[in-house]
Amino acid sequence: MASTETTPAQDAGSVEAGLDALETTAAGRPPFSQTFKNKILPPVIAIAVVLVAWSLLHPVVDDPTKLPSPQDVWSEAEDQWLKGTLLEYIWGSVSRGLLGFLLALVIGTPLGLLVARVRFVRAAFGPILSGLQSLPSVAWVAPAVIWLGLDNSVMFTVILLGAVPSIANGLVSGVDQVPPLFLRAGRTLGATGLRGTWHIVMPAALPGYVAGLKQGWAFSWRSLMAAEIIAQSPDMGMGLGQLLEVGRTNSSMATVFLAILLILFVGIAIDLLIFSPLERWVLRSRGLLVKS
Amino acid sequence: MATTLAKAAESVEFAARLEHVSKSFAGPGGQQLVLDDISIDVAPGEFVTLLGASGCGKSTLLNLVAGLDRPTAGSIATDGRPALMFQEHALFPWLTAGKNIELALRLRGVPKTDRRAKAEELLGLVRLRGAYGKRVHELSGGMRQRVALARALAQESNLLLMDEPFAALDAITRDVLHDELTRIWAETGVSVLFVTHNVREAVRLAQRVVLLSSRPGRIAREWTVGIPQPRRIEDAPVAELSLEITDVLRGEIRRHGQH
Ligand SMILES: Nc1ncnc2c1ncn2[C@@H]1O[C@H](COP(=O)(O)OP(=O)(O)OP(=O)(O)O)[C@@H](O)[C@H]1O
Ligand SMILES: [Mg+2]
Repeated sequence: MASTETTPAQDAGSVEAGLDALETTAAGRPPFSQTFKNKILPPVIAIAVVLVAWSLLHPVVDDPTKLPSPQDVWSEAEDQWLKGTLLEYIWGSVSRGLLGFLLALVIGTPLGLLVARVRFVRAAFGPILSGLQSLPSVAWVAPAVIWLGLDNSVMFTVILLGAVPSIANGLVSGVDQVPPLFLRAGRTLGATGLRGTWHIVMPAALPGYVAGLKQGWAFSWRSLMAAEIIAQSPDMGMGLGQLLEVGRTNSSMATVFLAILLILFVGIAIDLLIFSPLERWVLRSRGLLVKS
Repeated sequence: MATTLAKAAESVEFAARLEHVSKSFAGPGGQQLVLDDISIDVAPGEFVTLLGASGCGKSTLLNLVAGLDRPTAGSIATDGRPALMFQEHALFPWLTAGKNIELALRLRGVPKTDRRAKAEELLGLVRLRGAYGKRVHELSGGMRQRVALARALAQESNLLLMDEPFAALDAITRDVLHDELTRIWAETGVSVLFVTHNVREAVRLAQRVVLLSSRPGRIAREWTVGIPQPRRIEDAPVAELSLEITDVLRGEIRRHGQH
């Protein structure tokens, strides 16, 4: 052992450095051309295919009260834009939807935590919460109108009943899937009780929670649109559901189509702009997402 | 009261003291005795390895000492709350390597301003100075175990419990980590209770090797290892003692096949 000049400690250090270098690889960002080819081009092509099919189908049906042409819908959009009402319709729904969703977040999060962590609460409310999730919250529009009258509180009630169960259930399943090893590791570090919930359980449950948020948003938007279409009143302000109803009463299929497309578009846009990046960030930072 | 936490301020003559500890679990055929009448003392600064075949109750015993579970009978006293290093690294994937260590510091009450420097220092101790901002999944298996060791050391416990921490690593990495652990043990003066089923690893590291028999786990024999550190796993005295211990271990296992 004395024949080498290095001390065992130095030797271990250099071997270790070599092993570390061998075992780690640097991953870079893919170039833009690749992102374009893999992420942007396919949906653009899909949209183009739908538009072409629509244009081909239009002369076959040949009845603008049943199927408007893409140009009709486009000029309807232009019309609404020039009147200045298009953004009002969109913003009316988006602001209601996001506000309702935030409210659902504030209620659903502590509720989910209570159900997940307190045995009695889980036994009492867990099944109800799962049941509510499968009940379409449109069912609540009629009673909500009777109880609350025709105003915005109906919208928020329906959004909450749609989104709160999703958010709470997402958190519950997130907490249930926390590996016991993390809980035990936390306990040996001294994270017990509330400190354990804050430092270990909550961050460990984040992926499930974010999945719940994503679903909660989809449910919020769906419920809100249903409520806007069903509950009509001048006090309600403008929204995409109202736009659809306007098209129906005026027998303008182009307006109806515009409303449907906008509802679809806004729902997807919010998911793409807020929830998908959030989910990807959470998963990627934990190494749970393989870069494609 | 099964567990007494002795205060560090008093002069204690042990880092851990297990007296007649037994543990049984509710099994399919009634109570299943896993650990039977285990008494071990770990002196302050001592390095003890617990050696036993798979399933003999080593992890169960460490969990008891760590306070994660309660013994069915007997008493366990430790000098403060022990730190525990698991077989799987058990690092939190939502935190970077550095933040994992800082969480341990924070839970111990180290003020925010000191944590960063302390975490860097601990990473330096396990020779991972550059890994502060790395995510757990960006580290190799050996690096993860070293971060886990640094996190355990961050607790500044008088007793470090290690549950087969190197079992999943390749032989070269394991050798290097043996050297590191021996160095850190000598530098910090921490007492170590190290569990393994690898006889050579036990002899390579320990001042004292305690052999557990299986089903139920009982203390079969103890050896004091007088070979001076630094040792290597290939050294002749290590191999010689390992052979002796392996023979006894084989005898223990053979007994189970005879009835
Ligand atoms: N929570 C439990 N409930 C019931 N039986 C258990 C429990 N934990 C452990 N056992 C049993 O106790 C015995 C010892 O388990 P333990 O995990 O302590 O073994 P080990 O020596 O650590 O094994 P290995 O070397 O494979 O890690 C096993 O037979 C196991 O089935
Ligand atoms: Mg084990």
